[in-house]
This record gives sequence, structure tokens and C-alpha cells, in this order.
Amino acid sequence: MGMTISQKILAYHAGKEHVDAGELVNCRVDVVLGNDITSPVAIEEFARLGTGEVFDQERIVLVPDHFAPNKDIKSAEQAKVVRSFARQYGITNYFEVGQMGIEHCLLPEQGLALPGDLIIGADSHTCTYGALGAFATGVGSTDMAAAMATGEAWFKIPESLKFVYYGKLPRWVSGKDLILHTIGDIGVDGARYMSMEFTGEVIQNLSMDNRLTMANMAIEAGGKNGIIEPDDITLSYVKERAQRPYNLYKSDPDAVYAEIREYDVSKMEPVVAFPHLPENTRPVSEAAGVSIDQVIIGSCTNGRIEDLEIAASLLKGKKVHPEIRVIIFPGTQQIYLEAMRKGYIETFIEAGAAVSTPTCGPCLGGHMGILAKGERALATTNRNFVGRMGHPESEVYLSSPAVAAASAITGKITPPWEIA
Amino acid sequence: MKFTGQVYKFGADIDTDAIIPARYLNTTDPAELAKHCMEDADPTFPAKVKTGDIIVADKNFGCGSSREHAPIAIKGAGVACVIATSFARIFYRNSINIGLPILECDQAYKAINEGDQVEVDLESGQITNLRTGDTYQAVPFPGFMQDIMAQGGLINYVRHKTSQ
Repeated sequence: MGMTISQKILAYHAGKEHVDAGELVNCRVDVVLGNDITSPVAIEEFARLGTGEVFDQERIVLVPDHFAPNKDIKSAEQAKVVRSFARQYGITNYFEVGQMGIEHCLLPEQGLALPGDLIIGADSHTCTYGALGAFATGVGSTDMAAAMATGEAWFKIPESLKFVYYGKLPRWVSGKDLILHTIGDIGVDGARYMSMEFTGEVIQNLSMDNRLTMANMAIEAGGKNGIIEPDDITLSYVKERAQRPYNLYKSDPDAVYAEIREYDVSKMEPVVAFPHLPENTRPVSEAAGVSIDQVIIGSCTNGRIEDLEIAASLLKGKKVHPEIRVIIFPGTQQIYLEAMRKGYIETFIEAGAAVSTPTCGPCLGGHMGILAKGERALATTNRNFVGRMGHPESEVYLSSPAVAAASAITGKITPPWEIA
Repeated sequence: MKFTGQVYKFGADIDTDAIIPARYLNTTDPAELAKHCMEDADPTFPAKVKTGDIIVADKNFGCGSSREHAPIAIKGAGVACVIATSFARIFYRNSINIGLPILECDQAYKAINEGDQVEVDLESGQITNLRTGDTYQAVPFPGFMQDIMAQGGLINYVRHKTSQ
């Protein structure tokens, strides 16, 4: 019986020829990631373990991105805990404000997440790196602590769901729309404990930025990981960035899937998720006209250069609606610089949008764009739970950068073809 | 491990932002986190929950973020056990790792009402509704995982094991 790409990566890291779904295995991990919210808890637990040293100073990545630049005194104290730990243990991949980016934009960009890797991160969107053909999954702080000490973690070999996207991708339909559509189809627990494998001609032609967006939201369907087989697009992305060897895995032709779902994308529209779950999806034309107070473009889901490019193409020469706030978050310093060189930042500022240094900020209701009671945001982020971006009685709608940029101009949810 | 407690009931897809909103994540102190436990699902919960109470919820409890602060807040609030139709994967793993007892039981969610007194036997997986006398069977955890929960979490368990 064949194995899926996810099973192969886990088998390799467990030192086994073959694994079956449901089997428990102990694996060597390639990268252990934490941020300014989850690392302080992990650092306390690490200290209680009392090993006195980390398994590998180069394989631990610490990114203070959630409440950084520090939003208040308590957050500053937490960031300080992470900084002190990084210095004490000689963690080479600690990213201070100034080099820091949103972790899941930063690691692929810096070549720290590579095809075939097994990566755990104390952040649920660690699944993003599956876009590179890695097995990457979110864990809690205790698992992070144990892995920092041992370089290992245990896993239950997951079953896989295979998604096949075919047809011609219409203009304005992006990776964000494909993943929102999929979550709308299977629900927020439709892939609970399982791998989500994204395949088909549409995926084969999808850019890396769009693939990262798709894998990023596997967790919103309850998935353990999202994954895409590495191909030429993957190789051209990683070849300039990788500083260590990597492995390319593909699912066996006779791999077993719990279920295979096929989607014809040809007639698909951009998708909007209504409050308060990412599964509450509708085509944008059915969402059109919903008034909004704020637009957020950015996050680990949609803060990459192609996201900013499409937003800039719609905002160029236009003005943000006078009654709404638009805040744009480039995912990393490098993305920020590239957007500046390409003129996108100027476009945003001339349109009346605010542009921020990279931070998770408002996506999780941290800072830099919190909603008041009764306010409504359209965001390119990944979650629209109750109170996610601020007051428990505020609302978040999720969309692609194209829909968000078009809506920024009109002040209500707007299909991009009405602006372009 | 056996507990008896009063039930607070919640619906489906209770996410980690409802369990502990991110606006309170600038601390790791369980007592601080407990003050806001379940606040966005039920603002009155932190004030009324007592040590030993039990949460019963529908499917996909703890979906969303990987924040370990979520089970820490629940445990910090004194909740003895969470019973749900199902748990989101990361929350499930985190709960065991920090020593918050949990059980999956569809039947219990359907039959137990808010305010019921229930008895939970973690070893056998049996849940008894003391109001009706009915029992519901959850699949019990293997021994080593019960030990992790009994020791108060993975780190204590590992330390205990390595010191022996």
C-alpha cells in the first residue's frame, strides 16, 4: 500500500520505511518555531525540564511578531523573555524588530522552511510551510519546549484528504478563494486530525504566494497540515534561499485517501467568509453591499508581494472611501522593501491607506487596528471568530486582497471587477 | 482520577479566542488568564465558575489557535474536566500536555443539561449524570496518558519519570 507525501515525510523522520495511518511515531524535527505569545510559556516549561541546553541552536526559530513592536508593558516583558532566552542559548534565528516579519511569511522567504522538512511551531498557522512540500503543523508551548530540548516530537500518522482543483482559474480568483471555498465545503472541522493535500492542474499552475495562502488555512478546516507536492515552482522558489539540503517527496500513485474531492474552478467567484466562522462562505456577488468600517490587507495568509501587487493594482489612482480605515501590513521587511521599490507603498499612501511595519497586530485583536463595538472589518486574514479583531460585538469578514482592495474604495464589500 | 462537579454547557466550534481572547495573551499567569476564561462565549463564566466544575460542549471544542493559554485558562479557573463531542487537534494535545483532563463523548453532550451534577471516572471513561442516574461511556485514555494528566502535565510527568 502506498503512502501519501505527508506519511512519507513522517516515516523518514521516524527512521521507518513505511508508516500507516493511525500509527504513533516519534520523529526528529528539522525546525522548532515559536513567537512572542507562545515562546514565553515554552521557555518556562523548558526551564522546568532542566536539560540546560537546546538540541540545536540553528534549528530553533524565534519570531516576536504578534504583539511586536511591543504594544504595552506586559507584551514588552514577554518579548524580553524571548530575547533573553535567544541570547542565553545562542539561538541564531532570532528575529528582532527591524528584521522581524510575520513568522509564516518570514520562514519560507529566509529559506528556513524547505521541502521535505518536518516542522513544528507553537503557532497554529505553522501549516503554511506545506506549500513548499514540507510537513508542518502547529503545536502548543509544551510540545515546543520538549522539542527545543530533544529535537523530537511524537505524531499520530494522519489520514489524508485529497482535493483536486481543475478547470481554468477565472480572473480575480486566487488561492485565498480556493481555500475559503474548500473550508466552506467541508466545514471548520471537516479535516480534523487529517492532512489536506492540494492537487490538480490549478494548483500546478498556482504561484508560490498563492500556495502559501492555501496551506496557511488548512487549520481553519481543522487540518493537521496542508501540503502541496513540490514541483518546478517550488524549486525555483527555494533554490536561491536554501542553505541546507532538502528532499522532494511525492504521494505514491496507490496512496490511500480518506476522501477525494474535486472542484471545477472555472465558474468560481472570489469568496467571502461571513462572521463568525471561516466556513460561512458565499460568492462575493452575494456579499456585495455589506458596509464596512475597516479593511485589513496583510497577515500570514495574505501579506506577500503578490497580495500587495493586486491590492495596489486596484488602489492605483483611487481613493479609500472617506468613512473607512484601510491598514496594510507587508509580511516581512523584504516584502516591504520590494513593495516600496515597485511603487505599491506610494500607491497605498496616496490612496489614503495606512501602511504598517510587519506585525500580526489586528488579525488576532492584538493591536494596530482593533474594532469598537458594532464595527465591521473586511480582512485578508484567516479567522473571523467572535471578538477576533476586537470587541466581542464587532464582526470580521474574510476575503482575498483583490476583494479587500476593491471594497476599500467603495466602503462596502465589492467584487473587484466593478473597480478594475 | 474521579471528579464530581456542576456542568456548564457550551455549543459547537468553541474557538480559542472565545476560551481566552488574544487581548489577554500578554501574560502567562494562569490566575490572570482564568479571570477571562470563556469570556467571549459567556461573559459571566469567570465570575460563576467554581473549582471542580465541568465543561460540556459540542464538536470541535478548542478550534483555532495553538495557544496553550486556552487549556491553561480553563484549568486555572478550576475546571476539573472538559467533556466534548470532539476536540480540535492542537487543543486536545495541549490539554493533555498541561494536565487538563478531557474526554470525548457525543452521548454525554446530548444528554447532559447545564447545571447537572456529573461524576467522571477518567480511568474507565465513565460519565454519570447524578440527576438522572444515566451513564455515558467515553473511550478512556491509555494508562501513560492518564498518568500525564494525573501528574499535572507532560513536563511533570517527564521529570517524575527521569527522577525515578
